[in-house]
Amino acid sequence: MPVEDYDIVIGLESHARLLTETKMFCGCLTRFGAEPNSQTCPVCIGMPGVLPVTNRKAVMLGLRAALAFRCEIPARMRFDRKNYYYPDIPKNYQVSQNYSPVGAGGFVEIEADGVRKRIGLDNIHLEEDAGRLMHPEGSGADYSTVDLNRAGTPLLEIVTRPDMSSLTEVEAYMETLRRTLEALEISDCRMEEGSLRFEASISLKPLGSTTLGKRVEIKNLNSTRAVLNCLEYEIRRQAAALDAGEPLTQETRLYNETTGRSERMRSKEEAHDYRYFPEPDLGPIVVLDEWLDRIRSEMPELPNLRKWRFQEAYSLPAYDAGVLTQKRSIADYFEETIAAAEAMGAEAADLAKQVSNWLMGPILREVNERRVDIAGLNIPPAHLAELVGLIQKGTISKNIAQDLVPIMIETGDPPETIASRRGMIQISDAYAVEKLVSDVLEAHGKQVAEYKDGKKAVLGFLMGQVMRQAKGKANPQVVREILTRTLQS
Amino acid sequence: MAGERAGIDVGTVRYVAGLCRLELTGDEEELFAAQLSDILNYIDKLNELDTSEVEPLAQAIEIPNVFRDDAPRGSLEVSEALANAPEKTGGFYKVPAVLEG
Repeated sequence: MPVEDYDIVIGLESHARLLTETKMFCGCLTRFGAEPNSQTCPVCIGMPGVLPVTNRKAVMLGLRAALAFRCEIPARMRFDRKNYYYPDIPKNYQVSQNYSPVGAGGFVEIEADGVRKRIGLDNIHLEEDAGRLMHPEGSGADYSTVDLNRAGTPLLEIVTRPDMSSLTEVEAYMETLRRTLEALEISDCRMEEGSLRFEASISLKPLGSTTLGKRVEIKNLNSTRAVLNCLEYEIRRQAAALDAGEPLTQETRLYNETTGRSERMRSKEEAHDYRYFPEPDLGPIVVLDEWLDRIRSEMPELPNLRKWRFQEAYSLPAYDAGVLTQKRSIADYFEETIAAAEAMGAEAADLAKQVSNWLMGPILREVNERRVDIAGLNIPPAHLAELVGLIQKGTISKNIAQDLVPIMIETGDPPETIASRRGMIQISDAYAVEKLVSDVLEAHGKQVAEYKDGKKAVLGFLMGQVMRQAKGKANPQVVREILTRTLQS
Repeated sequence: MAGERAGIDVGTVRYVAGLCRLELTGDEEELFAAQLSDILNYIDKLNELDTSEVEPLAQAIEIPNVFRDDAPRGSLEVSEALANAPEKTGGFYKVPAVLEG
């Protein structure tokens, strides 16, 4: 059977590094790229007799995520020990939340192929990261090295229900998750630094079948690209096995980014029995209403909700709304520009689309080229509003406006000031244009005669002559109008 | 007596030793099976009490909401951190080869 004849069932576990300065239970820095083993202390390298103390900010960020994803928040929670022996975890246990996660249930609302869907969450919980194990490059090395800088870094694990049924949905989920965590400043989600990592579980069953297929878990997915490539490979592998009548087994596989294949983990590594129990070194956390009230009051609008609001409130195309809400600073800038334009009396029906075009085009191009944040571009929203207003009033042409943008950035001056200082104001005044037109027509009697003989193409030539007389500053629409009227009279 | 109720047999000892990355001899497995069974039987005495109405307790004195601010406190020097490591190389702990996958 082709792949289309199977129902695909996918769930994702994501680990996001929380945006804190220091570790979960000690004051060591969590900076990426520091000298190996330079950010450790007796607490995070598991010396006997030490006492961990919880980082308040990490807990608040976990609660912020729980509120954002509409999870149920426990009145009281604890940390638990997840026991396993591996060189990346010197304590021989990872402090995590098994029995009372910071958020239970909830959902992430995505949009895939234009359809909105809620991907259910099983839970979100706080935990500490393990250290980094490396195997020396090249053959023959019979050892591995351990860097414990990462050990103890605060993580948020987000576990979905098996609610995704296509790669498009998986991609939309990962994108939504990343955008949301970034916008809420819960994580910087830098995948190249391992700030957002994934594990996937996937099973296939014949279309409409109610018996669940054997679930395969895949670890070691360090980018959205890896997740999608790997799942695509797994779908084909599992469909082929089912087609051939080969039984699939419930197993854990590791994705190899180089070969693009997943490989079975040795069963020895798979045999996990974590023997969770409450962490006796840490007291309980009683979640106070005042914390939740404060977090709610500081919470920005979720990026997807903002995108959908932009589509509805400003009648923007989905594409525009998506680009504008990619970053909170850009979305804020857009709304401030609209507000400024309205305050200046702009009332064009397509104002939002005009602003969107300028923002997505010239402004974001400058932002990208100059590698600055939009707030650091030296064009405050009011200046962009003024620019759009000047075009709508016909004071300047679109081409002139394009030229103005870099000057606005260099000088920080409002566009009208620059345009009048540099003589860039467009001639829209009917009398002035009529004067230009009559001068040109007088000088080109031959072409006027041709036009009157029905050779309408000379209109372009005459337009060009008028624009040349005006040194490019005449409003082309007004010129065309007056020229045609004069020629026909 | 030993091992009758808690039933820690040699198989369980082997399994737990595996989780703990411990290598035991056959004699040790027998010995520990008996000892662990004794310990569990002793603890089993607690099961004589009815605790169905009692919440599980993780700590004798629970102090809720003990936090620290997200402020750096300084870390060990690399040499100090590695001081107890049986083997090290270039600022890293050196451990037996671990091949993922």
